[in-house]
Amino acid sequence: MSAVRPKVGTDAIAEKGWFAAHQWLILRRTSQLGILMAFLVGPWFGLWIVKGNLNYSYTLGVLPLTDPYLLLQSLLSGRMPEVLTLIGVSITVALYVLAGGRSYCSWVCPVNPVTDLAAWLRQRLGLKGGIRLSASTRFWMLGMTFVVAVLTGTIAWEMLNPVSMLHRGLIFGMGFAWTIIAGVFLFDLFVAQRGWCGHVCPVGAFYSLIGKAAVLRVHLPKRDDCNNCMDCYAVCPEFKVIKPALKAVDGAPPIILDAQCTNCGRCIDVCSKDVFAFGPRKQYRNIPVIHFPSTRSPS
Amino acid sequence: MTTNPQSTDAARRQFISDTARMACGVGLFGVGLGLYAKHATALPPAAIRPPGALPEDQFSSACIRCGMCVRDCPYDILHLAKPEQPMSTGTPYFVARQAPCEMCENVPCVKACPTAALDHSLKDINKARMGLAVLVDHETCLNFLGLRCDICYRVCPVIDKAITLDPQTNARTGKHTLFIPVVHSDHCTGCGKCEKSCPTEVASIKVLPLFMAKGQLSAHYRLGWMEKEKAGGSLVAPEVEHRYNMPDGMQYEHGKGLSVVPQGAASAAPAPTVKALSGDRL
Repeated sequence: MSAVRPKVGTDAIAEKGWFAAHQWLILRRTSQLGILMAFLVGPWFGLWIVKGNLNYSYTLGVLPLTDPYLLLQSLLSGRMPEVLTLIGVSITVALYVLAGGRSYCSWVCPVNPVTDLAAWLRQRLGLKGGIRLSASTRFWMLGMTFVVAVLTGTIAWEMLNPVSMLHRGLIFGMGFAWTIIAGVFLFDLFVAQRGWCGHVCPVGAFYSLIGKAAVLRVHLPKRDDCNNCMDCYAVCPEFKVIKPALKAVDGAPPIILDAQCTNCGRCIDVCSKDVFAFGPRKQYRNIPVIHFPSTRSPS
Repeated sequence: MTTNPQSTDAARRQFISDTARMACGVGLFGVGLGLYAKHATALPPAAIRPPGALPEDQFSSACIRCGMCVRDCPYDILHLAKPEQPMSTGTPYFVARQAPCEMCENVPCVKACPTAALDHSLKDINKARMGLAVLVDHETCLNFLGLRCDICYRVCPVIDKAITLDPQTNARTGKHTLFIPVVHSDHCTGCGKCEKSCPTEVASIKVLPLFMAKGQLSAHYRLGWMEKEKAGGSLVAPEVEHRYNMPDGMQYEHGKGLSVVPQGAASAAPAPTVKALSGDRL
């Protein structure tokens, strides 16, 4: 038995202060809440900033944004997209290529706070074990949603999708959508660690595909300073993405290139040695490709 | 990596079993999802889609559940379906009895739709066909009972075209007129104002989806009087004059009714009943 480790981030708080050890978390929660509020001040106070929801939105009467995953399902179910949705989709894809595909998961998606809470509670309650899901599960799910869209001629995944269910629920009325969100929470708490967002969700899988070309990535400019406290692994919702970059597996460069990295920045927060930092991918363009479970960096 | 044949065999077995597990697990989930999605494409009769909505099978692939139509409806009549409701989650609908479509002239809901799930070619709200009003209950309709309720007729935005009042004899009193509301499908937009305003406890006139409300004649059916008009004359040559089979000494004229044949003319008239009985007409 190993000795009881201190709470994750204790070193970082001691070294940098509480605020600096939580700055990306605070920014991220602000972003999640801010985006939600931008949708909500319309129906609540009649102040129309954004209309619609995460599937399609129209900001200040000029900016259309379309969820590319949804539009692809619509296309597969037999519907040619309209001009406005195509403009919206190009803007969204461009945005996520810049910001890192799965930054959608950690900076925008309303389910993220729910599963983060489940992960936090799981850690606090010392819940261990549960089923182990394959890293490829989300891609099987993604493929399944496409096949079902083709076979049924409907955007079938929208009937269950917890992401749009929760977001739409908060803005247009929840109904029994909360049961699905509660299901996701309990699944992550008791059934599988980081189960939904980390293994199952096809929305995240889709955005990770965009992320293969992402510009904004987490760098490890001071990876030699790592003192193996393991705090970054403990907070990372996709802990497999850190190791190659941190431990230079197969000569990997000091940058997290795995498309499953959600750019949440928690590793930056909890590292007392300031190993991590955000930065553009550019400078590492010609660095050898890394191979790590089920993912490959773009060429 | 080792090239030991035993270990590659084990790796292959592992790969196949992992793949099979994934395919079966996710596949089973997909079958459930697909069947659920299929079921939900049948819209419940009380839920009416916004104006210009594509037929239901196309609508569920075109609508991206964004709620823009809901937002741009100035009367807030539209809702997005919740997961517990028996239709595609997140798709827009309204319930006529609660709040009918106000038929805005500029059709803002259609304009707001980014995907043309609400057909953008619909510019004139009077051409919308959200459903069809049907006077479903003749037993409770006040006009059928002989009263001059007329509310559905009065509130109809396409008054005198979509709903007309058709006078009929009140057989119960024998001396009054029933003003029967008749819906005409070539003008009814399915807005639901009639259903909303119907004063009976449960609406006697209801807007139903077109596929439920509208009958269709078989393609080979021809309406004789219309064919005659089209052809400019009778299609049967020579045109047979209708004859009434009357008792002896009686005659019938259209519009005048039965009367006694005036004296003297009786012998000129044939005796059709006798002829009919003798078999040469049957």
